[in-house]
Amino acid sequence: MDLQIALILGQDGITNGAIYALLALALVLVFAVTRVIFIPQGEFVAYGALTMATLQTGAAPATIWLLVVLGVMVALLDGIRAARSKRNDRLINILLWNLAYPLLLLAILFLLPLAKLPLLIQMLLTLGIIVPMGPMLYRLVYQPLADASVLILLILSVALHLSLVGLGLLFFGAEGQRTPAFSEASFDLGALTVSGQTLVVVFTSLACITALYFFFERTLYGKALRATAINRVGARLMGIRPALAGKITFFVATLIGAFSGVLIAPITTIYYDTGFLIGLKGFVAAIIGGLASYPLAALGALLVGLLEAFSSFWASEYKEVIVFTLIIPVLLWRSLKSTQVEDEE
Amino acid sequence: MTQAVLAIRQLSAAYGKVEALSNINLSVGEGQIVTVIGPNGAGKTTLLSAAIGLLPSKGNIEFDGVLEAQPEVEHLVGRGLILVPEKRELFSEMSVEDNLILGAFQRHRAGHRDAAATLQQVYDLFPRLKERRHQHAGTLSGGERQMLAVGRALMAKPRLLMLDEPSLGLAPLIVREIFRIIAELRQRGVSILLVEQNARAALQVADYAYVLENGRTAMEGPASQLRDDPRVIETYLGLGGKHQDLLST
Repeated sequence: MDLQIALILGQDGITNGAIYALLALALVLVFAVTRVIFIPQGEFVAYGALTMATLQTGAAPATIWLLVVLGVMVALLDGIRAARSKRNDRLINILLWNLAYPLLLLAILFLLPLAKLPLLIQMLLTLGIIVPMGPMLYRLVYQPLADASVLILLILSVALHLSLVGLGLLFFGAEGQRTPAFSEASFDLGALTVSGQTLVVVFTSLACITALYFFFERTLYGKALRATAINRVGARLMGIRPALAGKITFFVATLIGAFSGVLIAPITTIYYDTGFLIGLKGFVAAIIGGLASYPLAALGALLVGLLEAFSSFWASEYKEVIVFTLIIPVLLWRSLKSTQVEDEE
Repeated sequence: MTQAVLAIRQLSAAYGKVEALSNINLSVGEGQIVTVIGPNGAGKTTLLSAAIGLLPSKGNIEFDGVLEAQPEVEHLVGRGLILVPEKRELFSEMSVEDNLILGAFQRHRAGHRDAAATLQQVYDLFPRLKERRHQHAGTLSGGERQMLAVGRALMAKPRLLMLDEPSLGLAPLIVREIFRIIAELRQRGVSILLVEQNARAALQVADYAYVLENGRTAMEGPASQLRDDPRVIETYLGLGGKHQDLLST
């Protein structure tokens, strides 16, 4: 290995690491607020990438139908309850977001010349289709069992993950897809050639992380999510519903997932089941942060990305094995270091 | 009596098969301070938890003239019933100011954008909190934590404030400060339901009092009467507690 190869591998590692960092942050967030280990995160990555790729072929992606079906189910469940308790303002809100919005989007997808739209609009459409699924799935799958143990929530996550992978195969077929790069530019920095795509990924990831930071530090809803993560009873006594916190959390997590999918689609060929491995690497990073620390999770993601890049050079057949083996020393170190957490007061 | 802010009738609650409250009747009038005293395990905290909907219960809970068939915490909080729980339940890894701001979350959602003004009022009432507004809530002393819990509750502009053992674990001088603030809140028109083990101080400040024993109402009456009732004096106030009297006035 010479310097040039090392630099290229390092660049690869950092690019992937930036995406894993986004996913890891979403996993930490979801676990902190809802105690759900969000395994289906990877499916939203794949859905995001494949929906984008389908839009670019000019067809309406099948994921829109999933959105419509989920919307109808939520509208039925919540709509009937709201109508019974005669809360009309809530009813209108429910119908607007769960029925009107998906149908409007459906109409748009069939009316617009999808393949000819600029990249940015295609990206927004992709996010518009995938992201609302997060809160809807939270409502349908997790909310009825929100008070269950972490293990039961994990089992739910596995079930949802398997269902979504199956639906993915149905929607997109077994063929892999790749989207064109956001930027064809490349810059020479001495021995290193930096591709425009790498810069796009790294900078948008950094921008996302900064935006998340401001959301949690500066906005009332961000603070409400942190409050729910720190003290559930305390948050309820402030009038912060765990269900609302859960829906916002899933919104943010799905946004991150689908956006990562759009970012990664030009770099790697994405199949209907690729998301799982990508999500799992984010999970390894989140574990390095103990599912609790955001900065540690982000650093862990960078480590995972670099380790993956370099092991693909030295032992490419074992690169997944090496990355996932990393979790064992980390868990050992964590369990030796951790002290019994005592209840407050 | 003036119109009741909170009226509880025939309220019962149980932990599994163990009945913790049976057939409690209680009412808090507009602008009143009502106290519930009693020994450990009498069901005082259970009463507050059931009233706000943290615990399932049987019976009638009427808040602000509306019967709550199935009391639900977030709904009642939105209507102005605020609880300062015994464990405070602060957001320890967040700053004092963020804790306070979250107190107004429900009002913000309902469209009231007056948190900044309310925050100023709370800082006026507790200058100590203003000094420490950037500190994490977890680093505060016991008394400051209690002030923060009360301040956070006030951010919601409560119709009725329920305080669970506000003096628990605090030094006597701080207890005195807390009770001074409770009296001051009444001046500002906040109705208060006060649960206390410090019966002496509670009866000083309250208008009306209930004595709870083993989940039942053992006695009730105007606080000034209960203060002189020989049974209350014997069980809850005791003799030789004159220095306590001095501290709590």
